[in-house]
Amino acid sequence: MSEEVKLMKGNEAIAHAAIRYGCDGYFGYPITPQSEVLETLELLMPWETTGMVVLQAESEVAAINMVYGGAAAGKAVMTSSSSPGISLKQEGISYIAAAELPALILNCMRGGPGLGTIQPSQADYFQATKGGGHGDYHLIVLAPSTVQEMADFVGLGFDLAFKYRTPAMILADGIVGQMMEKVVLPPARPRRTEEEVRRQCPWATTGKHGRKERNVVTSLEMDPVLMEKNNERFQQTYRTIEENEVRFEEIGTEDADYLIIAFGTVARIALKAIEDAREQGIKVGLLRPITLWPFPTKEIERLSHKVKGILVVELNAGQMIQDVRLANEGRVPVAHFGRMGGIVPSPTEILDALNRELIENA
Amino acid sequence: MTREEIIKAGTKVYSRPRLLLDANMHYCPGCSHGVVHKIVAELLDEMGLDDKAVGVAPVGCAVFAYNYIDIDWIEAAHGRAPAVATAVKRLNPENLVFTYQGDGDLAAIGTAETIHAANRGENITIIFINNAIYGMTGGQMAPTTLEGQKTATTPYGRRVDLNGYPLKISNLLAQLDGTCYVTRQAVHTAAAVRKTKAAIKKAFLNSMEGKGASIVEVVGTCSSGWKLTPEKSNKWMEENMFEHYPLGDLKNN
Amino acid sequence: MKEEIIIAGFGGQGVLSMGKILAYAALMNDMETTWMPAYGPEQRGGTANVTVIVSDDKISSPVLDRYDTAVVLNQQSLDKFESKVKPGGTLIYDPYGIHRPPQRTDINVHKINAMDAVLEMGNSKTYNMVLLGALLKIRPVVPLDALVKGLKKTLPERHHHLIPLNQQAIEKGMALAD
Repeated sequence: MSEEVKLMKGNEAIAHAAIRYGCDGYFGYPITPQSEVLETLELLMPWETTGMVVLQAESEVAAINMVYGGAAAGKAVMTSSSSPGISLKQEGISYIAAAELPALILNCMRGGPGLGTIQPSQADYFQATKGGGHGDYHLIVLAPSTVQEMADFVGLGFDLAFKYRTPAMILADGIVGQMMEKVVLPPARPRRTEEEVRRQCPWATTGKHGRKERNVVTSLEMDPVLMEKNNERFQQTYRTIEENEVRFEEIGTEDADYLIIAFGTVARIALKAIEDAREQGIKVGLLRPITLWPFPTKEIERLSHKVKGILVVELNAGQMIQDVRLANEGRVPVAHFGRMGGIVPSPTEILDALNRELIENA
Repeated sequence: MTREEIIKAGTKVYSRPRLLLDANMHYCPGCSHGVVHKIVAELLDEMGLDDKAVGVAPVGCAVFAYNYIDIDWIEAAHGRAPAVATAVKRLNPENLVFTYQGDGDLAAIGTAETIHAANRGENITIIFINNAIYGMTGGQMAPTTLEGQKTATTPYGRRVDLNGYPLKISNLLAQLDGTCYVTRQAVHTAAAVRKTKAAIKKAFLNSMEGKGASIVEVVGTCSSGWKLTPEKSNKWMEENMFEHYPLGDLKNN
Repeated sequence: MKEEIIIAGFGGQGVLSMGKILAYAALMNDMETTWMPAYGPEQRGGTANVTVIVSDDKISSPVLDRYDTAVVLNQQSLDKFESKVKPGGTLIYDPYGIHRPPQRTDINVHKINAMDAVLEMGNSKTYNMVLLGALLKIRPVVPLDALVKGLKKTLPERHHHLIPLNQQAIEKGMALAD
C-alpha cells in the first residue's frame, strides 16, 4: 500500500495507520466514542494481509493486560478506549511503565466523571499527564487536533515508545475521533520479522531461542534499594524525554498581546476565535501543546515575558492551566475558560471569555 | 559426604532438573509449589521446549516462579495471567505459553480472564494450584476455601450464608467449548506426582498442537496457612479437600 | 473560498450522508473539508445535524456557531439554526412539516419542495440528493462532476447501479432551486 488520500473519521484513521505502521497487535473493548477503531480493524482483516492480530477482549482490563503480554514479547501492540475504559486500564498501564515496555494507548475522551456522557471532553488531562495509575511514572502524551494527526501519531507514538521503552498515549477528544477530514495515509511498511524483533528488543520474552540468559519481564522488586534504583532509572528516562521530545505549534505569537493555550480540537476552535479577534484589532496568538507530557514549559515561560495575559481553554474545569501557571510563574494574569460535561464551546464564547477575563478585567 | 564426593563415587541417584535454577526457594517447607515447579522444569527439558517456553507468573505465592525455572517469564498483574498469555501465544504461535496461578489469582480476581481465555480456546496451558487459602498475604479466605475452614478472614470458619460456596472452577471450565483438557491432580504421593507430570505433559502437547485451552488443577497444601505440619497437611488435604475437589479428568478431548 | 454549512433534520432523513457526499465531493475537488456530526443516540430517530466545511485553505475550527449556509429539514432545526446564519448568508428549507416559516430578511431564504418532488418521483430515498442538488445550485461550492465522484466514493459498490437515480434527484433539486 502506497501513500493514499482519504476522507475518514479520526478513529478510522487510527486503525488504518496502525496496519500501515506494521503494528503487530490490537486488543480492544467497545466503548463510545471510539468503537470505530476496533470495528474498522475487524472490517479490514489485517490478519489476512500483514498478520496483525486483532482481538476483542472481554474487558478493558483484559485488553490492557494483553497489551502488556504482547509488549513483553517485543511486539508493537496497542489498545484504545474512552475515559471510563481508560480508568480501568490504569493498573495495567502502570505495570507497562514499570516493566519498561513500549505500547500505544488511545484515549478518545468523553465527559465524566463516572459514566458521564458520550460527548467530547478533555477532563482526563490530569490522569494522562500525571501518571494515571499508581507509582511515579509518566506516559508520553500526544494530543492530536486533526484527523491527519490521529493517523500520524500512531507512528510517532510507537516510535517514541520503542525509543524510550515507555508507553505512549494519544489523548484525543471525542471530536477528533468522530469527525471526518482529509487524511494522507502513510505508505505501508512490513511488520518486523521475528529476527528483527529479537535484535531490536533483546529484552523481549520471545522464548530463549538459543539465548544464554533468560528474559524476565516484571515490575516486582522486593529489595527497596534496588527498587529505588529502578525508579531512578525511570526518572532519568523521563528527564531525557523532557529534554528531547517537547512538541508544540505556535500561531501568530510574534506580535501577540494575548496568548491562548489550548490542545486538541479546542485549539482549532480557539484559532477561529483568534481569527475573529484579529478582525476586531485584538492581537491574539495561539500556543498548542502537541506533547502534553513532556509539557512545553520553556516555550510558555518565554511567551509569558511578551504578552499581557494568557487564556487557557479546555473541555474541563481547569487542568492544563496548572501546568501553564507553573510555567508563567505569576508574570502575567492567567485565566481559564472551560466547558464541561460534553459541551464544546463556540469560537464566539472563547472570544467573549478573552475579552471578559483578560481585557475588561485588566 | 560432600556433593562432589557423592558424584565422584558414582552413587548419585537424583539431581536437580537442568532447568530448575540454583536459587533459594521462598516457599515454606511442605508447600506443593516446589514439587510442581520441579515437574514443569523436568517436562520443559524432556520435551525440548525450554527455548520456546514463555511462562506467565501470577500474583500470590507463585509470584516469584520466574526466579526458579530457566525460561523466559512475564510477571502478570493479579488475575490477568490468561490475558497476558493470550497475547503472547497469538503473537508468537510457535511458543509454548503457560500460566501458573493460585486459587485467588485464577478463581477470584481473575475469574473473567480465566473463563474468557478458556472459552476463546486459547492454545495455552493453565496450571492452577488450589490450596484453598491466600498464602502470600497471610492465610485469608480463598474462593476455594472449604465450608467451615478457618482462615484469617473466616476466623470462625467459612459460612456459606456469608461467604458463598467453595468454587469448583475447574468443573465450570470443563463446561466451556474452548477447553480441550481439564483435570484435577495432586502431588502428595509419588504416584500422584507421576500422574500430575503426565497431565501437565498432555496439556503442553495440546498447547503446541493448537487444540485449545488446557487446565491442570493441582490440589495442594499450605502448611503455613493451614497451621499444620507438612505431614498433617497432606492428611488434612486427603480427608477434606478431595471430598469437595475429587481428583481425575473432568474433560479429556 | 470557504463555505461553512450546517445540515439539520431528523435522523433517517439522510442528513449525515448528505454531508458526507458533500465532503467527499470537496475532497475529489482537491479542497480541504471537515465533517463534524452531532454524534450519539441522537442519530437514532431524534434530531441529527452535521457541520460541513469546504475550503481552499486549511480549516481551523470544525465546530461553529455561525454558518454561511444552513439546510434545515424540520421545524426544530429551523428554530435552532435560523438565527445562526450569518447576515447575507443562505437558508435552505423544505416547507414540508414547517408551520413557522423563516422570518429573517437579512439572509437569502430558499424554499425547496423536496419532499413533494420525491413523492412525485416515487423515490423518497433520494430526498437528501434533491436537497443537495438545490444546495449546489444556490451555493456552487463544488462542481457537479466532483459531487458525482463523491457519490461514487460514498456508495458501496453494490449500490452503484443507483447512481443514475441519484443524479436525477440532484438535477431535480437544481431545477427546483432555479
